[in-house]
Amino acid sequence: MNQITPTGRRPGDILTPLLETPFHPRLEALNINNDWYHWSGYKAPHSLADEELEYFAIRSTAALFDISPMTKYRIEGPGAEAFCNRLTLRDVRKLGVGRVHYTAWCDDHGHVLDDGTLFRLAPERFRLCSQERHLPWLLDSAEGFDVTITDESTEIAGLALQGPTSWAVLRDAGFEGVDRLKVFQLAEFPHEGGTVVISRTGFTGDLGYELFCHRDQALSLWDRLAAVGDKNRMRAIGYAALNHARIEAGFIVANADFVTSETALREDRLRLPDEIGLDWMVDLEKPNFNGRNAIVKARAKKTLKHILVGLEVEGNVAGPLSLIYHNKKHEAGIVTASAWSPLLKKNIAIASLTRPYGDRITDSLWVEIYALRELNYSKLMKRVKIVPRPFIKLERRGANPPGVM
Amino acid sequence: MTCFDAIIIGGGHNGLVAAGLLAKAGSKVVVLEASGALGGAARGHEFAPGYRTGGLAHIVNRLSPHVVKDLALDTSLFTTELAPTVVLDPERGPAVLRGAYGETVDGVTSEEGKAFAAMRKKLMAQASILGRFFAKRPPRPGEAGIKELFDLGMSGLSLIRQGRDEARDFARMALMNVADIADEYLTDDRLKALIAFDAVLGIHLGPRSPTSLLGLYYRLTGEALGHTGGQFVPKGGMGSVVAALEQAAKRHGVEIRLDASVAKIVSDKGRATGVVLASGEEIGAKAIVSAIHPVTTLRNLVAPGEIDTHLSMSLKHIRSKGDTAKLHLALDKVPEFLGVSQGYLKGRLVIARSVRHVEDAFNPSKYGEFSPDPVMEIVLPCLTDASLAPAGGAVLSANVQYAPYELKEGWEAGKPKFLAAIMAVLERHAPGIGASVKASELLTPVDIERDFNMPGGHWHHGELQVDQLLINRPTFAVSGYDTPLEGLYLASAGSHPGGGISGLPGRNAARHILSRRGA
Repeated sequence: MNQITPTGRRPGDILTPLLETPFHPRLEALNINNDWYHWSGYKAPHSLADEELEYFAIRSTAALFDISPMTKYRIEGPGAEAFCNRLTLRDVRKLGVGRVHYTAWCDDHGHVLDDGTLFRLAPERFRLCSQERHLPWLLDSAEGFDVTITDESTEIAGLALQGPTSWAVLRDAGFEGVDRLKVFQLAEFPHEGGTVVISRTGFTGDLGYELFCHRDQALSLWDRLAAVGDKNRMRAIGYAALNHARIEAGFIVANADFVTSETALREDRLRLPDEIGLDWMVDLEKPNFNGRNAIVKARAKKTLKHILVGLEVEGNVAGPLSLIYHNKKHEAGIVTASAWSPLLKKNIAIASLTRPYGDRITDSLWVEIYALRELNYSKLMKRVKIVPRPFIKLERRGANPPGVM
Repeated sequence: MTCFDAIIIGGGHNGLVAAGLLAKAGSKVVVLEASGALGGAARGHEFAPGYRTGGLAHIVNRLSPHVVKDLALDTSLFTTELAPTVVLDPERGPAVLRGAYGETVDGVTSEEGKAFAAMRKKLMAQASILGRFFAKRPPRPGEAGIKELFDLGMSGLSLIRQGRDEARDFARMALMNVADIADEYLTDDRLKALIAFDAVLGIHLGPRSPTSLLGLYYRLTGEALGHTGGQFVPKGGMGSVVAALEQAAKRHGVEIRLDASVAKIVSDKGRATGVVLASGEEIGAKAIVSAIHPVTTLRNLVAPGEIDTHLSMSLKHIRSKGDTAKLHLALDKVPEFLGVSQGYLKGRLVIARSVRHVEDAFNPSKYGEFSPDPVMEIVLPCLTDASLAPAGGAVLSANVQYAPYELKEGWEAGKPKFLAAIMAVLERHAPGIGASVKASELLTPVDIERDFNMPGGHWHHGELQVDQLLINRPTFAVSGYDTPLEGLYLASAGSHPGGGISGLPGRNAARHILSRRGA
């Protein structure tokens, strides 16, 4: 418990060196940029070799991304379904065994604590994956339910395998029957005497899978994929490439596109689901869930203050965190993520607007971009157009059976 | 399924008040009482053959005149005359507060009498500012309408009207401890001990604990027979007050069902629709008014998950562990207390030597031990109503502090020892009383929890302390009698303004429900 690490610091010390994921030996060998960033206490690659090539691996071949730092909770017991249902916005009774859904959860005030994916591994066993840590909240919420909750973040290793040839990689690696997985479906596959859970999910809007196994089997799983990697042009990637793809797919990231309610320091940063584009998740037909009353009340009293929108931005300069104006005059919001989309050949962005902008007023919106060009800012005022998310829709993402498309 | 306009859970006095008022307004109301008798803490019971007393409450000192008026209560059923408070002292003789909380004081020097009068005036004035808020819904920030804001403004004005110095003094004193106020005004240990005792009676605080003065303010917001601070011993015991409430409720058509324990509150998509009894019977209603402990209501009766996590946690953290025991003695004759004349025996007798005595009694309770030398308040109800004891015999009813709910050694082992400690104290003041005891009943908070369905055995359904008062009673999110479940309301002592036989939580809740209906 109180062991001193080689650096002379105790575990949990604020200056504790970043942890290494179970895949670290493989990533380290590939990381010629030595470009690491901090993800939930872990060392994670921002890029390994070339950000652009990594992005195009996602869209053209296959990309392998280590998602082990993601927070993962095992929720099991006779009351697991009812518990998950009171916790989250969507109706968990409708989530079949072997299925996954994207969901979010709120506090009593309806403010979003986080979003994530809920895997139904068995009738009474779930895995909840999220950005932030929530164990105290989950345990408090579990009172009265016959359920056990375990943080399995360090125990379970995860990989995202995304891209048009991702299925081919799994096929060639010998995962028999992976082709039968439909989008948001999962199944267990044997691996080295154990099992790996493979789900047809991902954060890229592309054909793709996520693989979860015990950390002890992480390296052998990597190697099993890598053995057939070259043949399928698979490339290990860092977060920059993934981020690029997720913007095209229109996905939001907690604490990037919105501030989670437990990390927000300022009252006006808190967001209801309807304010970050998650209104479709809110299921008022199911039994009570945290935040239900507050959401119903905010809708009835029309006190929703913000709205999250997808934008197409004139020109080709991405302007993250740029301000958005109405009639070039009144501040209307902020761009939380933006990127040049190689697929669309357009500049796209995700933005948080202050209602009525983005809600009743959708015309004459402009973004003010400060483009830094060799120690000189060019101030650009570019017209933006609200467009539906996802920005891209790829047929191969949902194609059955999956193929090399 | 039977359906009503309103179901009242719990036939305690607040439940009966709420039931009566809703029925008076035309609602079809049923009261569901878990036990075999109405009244809750106020119900009378026979604790030994031929000996009767009120269950927990034994003095009327805060029954709201609004309740009496609104329900047209037949007060002749229980009214007697103002009773004195007698602070016992076997050596010097007692100090006696006569009239309403010592309009005159006997047994002290005239200087001390004047000092007490000055303090009484000050505290009464300050308590009345607090009292303004008690007969209505607590002011909810963000929800206050014109009327609430006006009321709030008027309270501020009434404070300022008494002069800047008075306003400043209120700000200074409001959160002080009672011991310092006692020292500030008084020199006589008997009077100091009395206000120290009254401030902490039924509360887990010692007189030197910060904010303990609030308990005394609370006491002084009550009134009896039109006298603020007054008290009387009810004719026939506290059960007679319950009888009057029952009579009023029935007059308005309230249906009362005994032995009807509610097992759960049925709700769907944020709306409470009815209850299921322990028998399995289901009863539906538009409004469900819970006049039992708010934590039981929201954490036990309502299905898990119906209440959001933050609220559930804040309910869990409500402090609601009783620290007061109730003693009933069946005596073969009327006891004699040293130096107390026959006339004063009909009053409230207080055993507390000094502020230090009360504080010393409190200290062990912090560590899970009972007071080896407890302080107490004694009433001999049989002197007001001879029918409560067999001819020649007497009933002694006492509230004794401190008796922590969680006794380290456990109450099974501790109870005989605590009874012995109490009897030793009584023997000092009334020699020979021990030999006169024919039967005794000591209700520790654990017994009170079991016999009266009061979690923690706490009279007030939650500590009556500054962080659990007004808009924070029982906890902020549910302090306006509403709950997150539409159609489910709170109406017990655990809601504003708090415990004691006042009927105000029940009345305020009923009025709130009716105002909703009008809207």
